[in-house]
Amino acid sequence: MVPSVKISGIVKKYQAVTALDHISLSVEKGEIFGFIGPDGAGKTTLFRILTTLLMPDTGNAIVEGYDTVKDYKKIRKIVGYMPGRFSLYQDLSVEENLNFFASIFKTSVKENYHLIKDIYRQIEPFKTRPAGKLSGGMKQKLALSCALIHKPVVLFLDEPTTGVDAVSRKEFWDMLGNLKHEGITILVSTPYMDEASRCDRVALIQEGKILSVDTPGGIVSSYENSLLAVKSGNMYGLLFDVLDYPGIIRAYRSGEYIHAAVKENAKMHEGIRSFLADRGHEQLVVKTIIPSVEDSFMALMNPLMTT
Amino acid sequence: MTISDQHIIEAENLVKKFGSFVANDHLNFFVRKGEIFGFLGANGAGKTTAIKILCGLWEPTSGHIKVAGFDVYKETEKIKRNIGYMSQKFSLYDDLTVGENFTFFGGIYGLRNKVIRERMAFFLKKLGIENNKDTVIQSLPLGWKQKLAFSIAVMHNPAIVFLDEPTSGVDPVTRRQFWDMIYEAAHEGITVFLTTHYMDEAEYCERVSIMVDGRIEALDTPGALKKQFECDSMEEVFVKLARKGVRNGH
Repeated sequence: MVPSVKISGIVKKYQAVTALDHISLSVEKGEIFGFIGPDGAGKTTLFRILTTLLMPDTGNAIVEGYDTVKDYKKIRKIVGYMPGRFSLYQDLSVEENLNFFASIFKTSVKENYHLIKDIYRQIEPFKTRPAGKLSGGMKQKLALSCALIHKPVVLFLDEPTTGVDAVSRKEFWDMLGNLKHEGITILVSTPYMDEASRCDRVALIQEGKILSVDTPGGIVSSYENSLLAVKSGNMYGLLFDVLDYPGIIRAYRSGEYIHAAVKENAKMHEGIRSFLADRGHEQLVVKTIIPSVEDSFMALMNPLMTT
Repeated sequence: MTISDQHIIEAENLVKKFGSFVANDHLNFFVRKGEIFGFLGANGAGKTTAIKILCGLWEPTSGHIKVAGFDVYKETEKIKRNIGYMSQKFSLYDDLTVGENFTFFGGIYGLRNKVIRERMAFFLKKLGIENNKDTVIQSLPLGWKQKLAFSIAVMHNPAIVFLDEPTSGVDPVTRRQFWDMIYEAAHEGITVFLTTHYMDEAEYCERVSIMVDGRIEALDTPGALKKQFECDSMEEVFVKLARKGVRNGH
């Protein structure tokens, strides 16, 4: 099958900074594809290139069969783009913003209402309120409605959940799941590693380079070491003691546990427990766990890191 | 030691109204000296309003509130001298150099030039960026910026540092290095009052409050909250409570 988006060898530099360093990957039609990485990884630059707002220095990208440089006008008609920064007209009302976006794409709200119904219904009670006066979660829903109103084939969402609370984030991803059923290809970027699990495939991206492209399950199963979760009554001292244990590859805080990557599991498990007990740790819990995408990301971004 | 010595922040029936809208609805809480206190809540729950009041920027509608021993109605200038503040949205001046930011903020905090120079040298060495004194902020990676912003927020040894989503968008390694700095500051006696949307970070706090629709719905240690709401993680606790909110269209 012809991919929806095909990126080949894209390089983009801003003076001395290489924002994108030879990026190549394909996104299949109908996929939810996540670009997961911190701010400054190059996610926004890549989205601007794919939505024809920026030209790459070298390499090229094809969106639904069109070249992002030569065929930019055609691409603009068929993609929806929700930029990271709130970019609607703050002094227009909710309704006016939506009508405006529909009219510049020569369509009407009525024609594609079915696409936005589930999302828009939640902000419809506030349709006469200026967009600038909406709460964060409502702004996000309006921006998504505006990006969808012309029934795009491909949807680009640049950090739609940044700064959004855990509940609203969950709801947002549920909405994306529904859009997938409409057959829309969705490219979404996020700095939240736990959102990877909501994507069909993800690219882990750091400092302009792709660390890995895989399904969330594939990323986790290619984790090279064993991972232990360790907890004790003295969490502050525990991290330093875990790092002292011979054979530790890396250890760091993760929620209520310390995560410790070790080479082999069988002996390490008991070894580390008695080592920590000797150092005076009580109420010790040591268990083997399945790595998360964040654990994998940390392993890939710096294999020798020991913080 | 009296109670007010131990409690660096005391809020009794804090109310803030905007017209008929009650942004903060009778908040009651205290924060201990040297504590890492997580101030959580959904978007629009009223966290920012409360922080602005605690920083002496907005006057509350009613309630007794003391910050670092000072009254939020009458002694706002004293409060401002005794706190530090940083957020993801605003922290440093992008077009000034590292050194100029230290000098500027040090001056605002009323530090003498000699002290500013000493503190700057101390923090630059600690962050391993001694050679970047003349680097313009905007050319630094985000992780460095955030660590630098934190250093500047505590350069005057404030009683309390307010951190508003300090790690938003930061890579997972830098996020943990940032937390090392938070622990260190708390260890030195600086009280840390912070907001975050990363629920794993809620576990790092000594106590956590969760705001829903202008009210504090829960306040305790992460362990006790998980027990109280029968959840395995702070994420579950948060979702369980914040789902009840109606303000943000949940």
